[in-house]
Amino acid sequence: MEEFAALIDALVYTRSRNEKLRLIAEYLRLTPDPDRGWALAALSDGLDFPAVKSSTIRNLLMDRVDPVLWTLSRDFVGDTAETASLLWPAPDTPPAPPSVSEAVELLTVMNRKSVVAELSKLLDRLDSSGRYALLKLATGGMRIGVSSRLAKTAFAQAFEVAVDDVEEYWHGLAPPYAELFAWAAEGDAPPDIENLPTFRPFMLAHPLEETVVDLADYAAEWKWDGIRVQLVRAGGETRLFSRSGDDISATFPEFLDILPVNAVVDGELLVRGNTQGGEAGGAASFNALQQRLGRKTVSNKMLKDYPAFIRLYDVLLLEGEDMRPRPWSERRGQLEALASRLPDSHFDISSVVEATDFEHLSQIREGSRDDAIEGLMLKRRDSPYIAGRRVGYWYKWKRDPLLVDCVLMYAQRGSGKRSSFFSDYTFGCWDGDPDLGADLLPVGKAYSGFTDADLKKLDRHVRSNTVNRFGPVRETDKSLVFEVAFDSVHESKRHKSGLAMRFPRIHRIRWDKPPHEADRIETLRTLIAG
Amino acid sequence: MAAPFSWIKPEPHGIYIEPADCWVDPSRAVDRALVTHGHADHARGGHGQTVATPATLAIMDLRYNTREGATAVGYGETIRLKGGVDATYIPAGHVLGSAQILLEHAGERVIVTGDYKRRADPTCPPFEVTACDIFITEATFGLPVFCHPPIEEEMTKLLDRLAAHPDRCVLVGAYALGKAQRVIAELRAAGHNQPIYLHGAMEKMCRLYEEHGVDMGELRLVMDYSKEDIRGHIVVCPPSALNDRWSRRLPDPITAMASGWMRVRQRARQRNVELPLVISDHADWGELTRTIKEVDAQENWITHGREDALLRWCQLHQRRARALALVGYEDEDD
Repeated sequence: MEEFAALIDALVYTRSRNEKLRLIAEYLRLTPDPDRGWALAALSDGLDFPAVKSSTIRNLLMDRVDPVLWTLSRDFVGDTAETASLLWPAPDTPPAPPSVSEAVELLTVMNRKSVVAELSKLLDRLDSSGRYALLKLATGGMRIGVSSRLAKTAFAQAFEVAVDDVEEYWHGLAPPYAELFAWAAEGDAPPDIENLPTFRPFMLAHPLEETVVDLADYAAEWKWDGIRVQLVRAGGETRLFSRSGDDISATFPEFLDILPVNAVVDGELLVRGNTQGGEAGGAASFNALQQRLGRKTVSNKMLKDYPAFIRLYDVLLLEGEDMRPRPWSERRGQLEALASRLPDSHFDISSVVEATDFEHLSQIREGSRDDAIEGLMLKRRDSPYIAGRRVGYWYKWKRDPLLVDCVLMYAQRGSGKRSSFFSDYTFGCWDGDPDLGADLLPVGKAYSGFTDADLKKLDRHVRSNTVNRFGPVRETDKSLVFEVAFDSVHESKRHKSGLAMRFPRIHRIRWDKPPHEADRIETLRTLIAG
Repeated sequence: MAAPFSWIKPEPHGIYIEPADCWVDPSRAVDRALVTHGHADHARGGHGQTVATPATLAIMDLRYNTREGATAVGYGETIRLKGGVDATYIPAGHVLGSAQILLEHAGERVIVTGDYKRRADPTCPPFEVTACDIFITEATFGLPVFCHPPIEEEMTKLLDRLAAHPDRCVLVGAYALGKAQRVIAELRAAGHNQPIYLHGAMEKMCRLYEEHGVDMGELRLVMDYSKEDIRGHIVVCPPSALNDRWSRRLPDPITAMASGWMRVRQRARQRNVELPLVISDHADWGELTRTIKEVDAQENWITHGREDALLRWCQLHQRRARALALVGYEDEDD
């Protein structure tokens, strides 16, 4: 526990992404199993111990410290685990810290009755830093500026394996990830996840920008405006995952018993309507889909009023076979064959846009009156399905206005109607590859483009994800992506990024998009007018 | 006869001693002021007459460039004010020249602590516990979460980090009066003999400390040296310069801050501090409560800081206490 506590403290005070990666990687290399696996779980997805909640800690402390003094302290410190770690009376006996796995074992067997005595005993064995680390680990979310992706990247860095492979196996494994360490650290066979309904990382597209492609090599599809999903059936179970790999099966129960074979398919989740893709069998705008997102339970009325369907893009696994190494054209054939076996009510296939040449395609794109369509996707006909964003295979060719994905960095309270709400947002793009430690640089500010309901959610996001205060300005943990629309972008000396946007507005709030997938400065730079 | 202690009046701008027509640490200019120590929130310029220890007067002179109407009172010395009030200056252990002021009138004894701490400090004599009827105490770190570790531990942390990064430097943000000199003196005590580099704003106060007999070893101004010279060394600057453009001239600085607030992680993060050093010139919770017990006054008046919690503690321990709402005391950087 001492090493883990030292790691947590170091991470709290480290701002450089590279340094955080180095710290975690070093810990993972030097720490034995299963301690490092539990630590990795705590840093990535978080651990859950039903008996240990924030309120448990509060009650425990109120028994030892005067309740008024506890409340005053908690208000000042702003974090229950930290307040408790500072206030816990130092025991008479010298610390005898448990290992991380011993702590996890003890936490696991605690129940509502035993937790008071057992958690106290555990706290008595630790110093202040150890208590902080233990309570953070015990209550889930660490909130120390380490994302799940960063923890996995550090794991990959520690053992010189590909982070995409880590992502591939990750969702089929559970803490303390013994198989993952055996594979990465000891060179054992990779974990077998074939018969598990696990998430596979998505293939992503690059912006096309000035590139011109030959349609003999590339197929075009519309870029639909819903959310990217993956539907997986394996081992007798079906699950639906969002773009970030979150299991959203419970929100869309209509898909859970519908695939006739074991398969992993990639598609756009949409709601029936007549905006996207024509009146018959078309899809509604993104706003309609939003009615369905984020719900834990779904009423029959919801299912009826906003019937969802998946517009299929690709097939990754089919009846035990990994289709990903095969060319897109072959997968497309397999996908069409599969689609014909699926009910029209819940599936259709994203049709290929036919054009004689690139110029013709450009006309089709500009001529499309369908505002909700974001643009075109261009997929190399011989491209394998590769996790992440690989240059030259898939391109996204977005329509005007110019759109980039930015990360929320700072927020300020608005005035008038929006006073007391954090409604003025400064956002940034990555100055290089975020997975290699690039920083975000501010590129613009926006105050509009969202509804009042959005504003409430954004305000809550800012307040609960503040990492820093500079007078009236809140710095956030940079976990939220905005799709920002703007008319043009120009060189500017006012910003560190050297760029300034004209009329930027929030086009869409990408609650589903991981921040490291936001655009880079260099992408924005290619859009400079004139 | 007047009601007990009616001669001493806590006002928003300081403690007013009525028979002497005199204020303690007033936060605005007055005719007659008794000043506990040289920090700007206690020692303002522009008073008609100022009574303080010689070192405090020297500090005020450095800052406000005036010695007119100054009366020096050494530790243990008493000055008779008008209206039959005696004021005695007693070491407070806070910074060079800092004093508690014992006020006596009509057989009643009141102590105003100003700021104080109970830990050893090589730059000033230690706090002396003195019996009194009313004890007017500060409460900057008046929450039970504040427990300043032994300063030796913090020095080890600092020196270990320096040794681990010979190509960088450690930039320590420290309050320009008191904290900076104490950190430097403690580094010397810990055996650190290398030159220590200073931000320009630190120079005069460090010289003043040296003139008052505090040995701080070799001090150099950052502006006189190159990035290469500073590699592997400690640089001390005011907290405001930590994230300032000024620090760009330094070789990849590790940002440290010496402050009691560093005990709370989020406070350190808000300051962009990589190496928090929990060092304070104020009493922590344990020192505050111990001092109240040892002084054992009939009544405790609690001034600036987190007075709610200390008030609660007094209530729990059957000690009479009240909070004074004084304005203008700032403690963000300490």
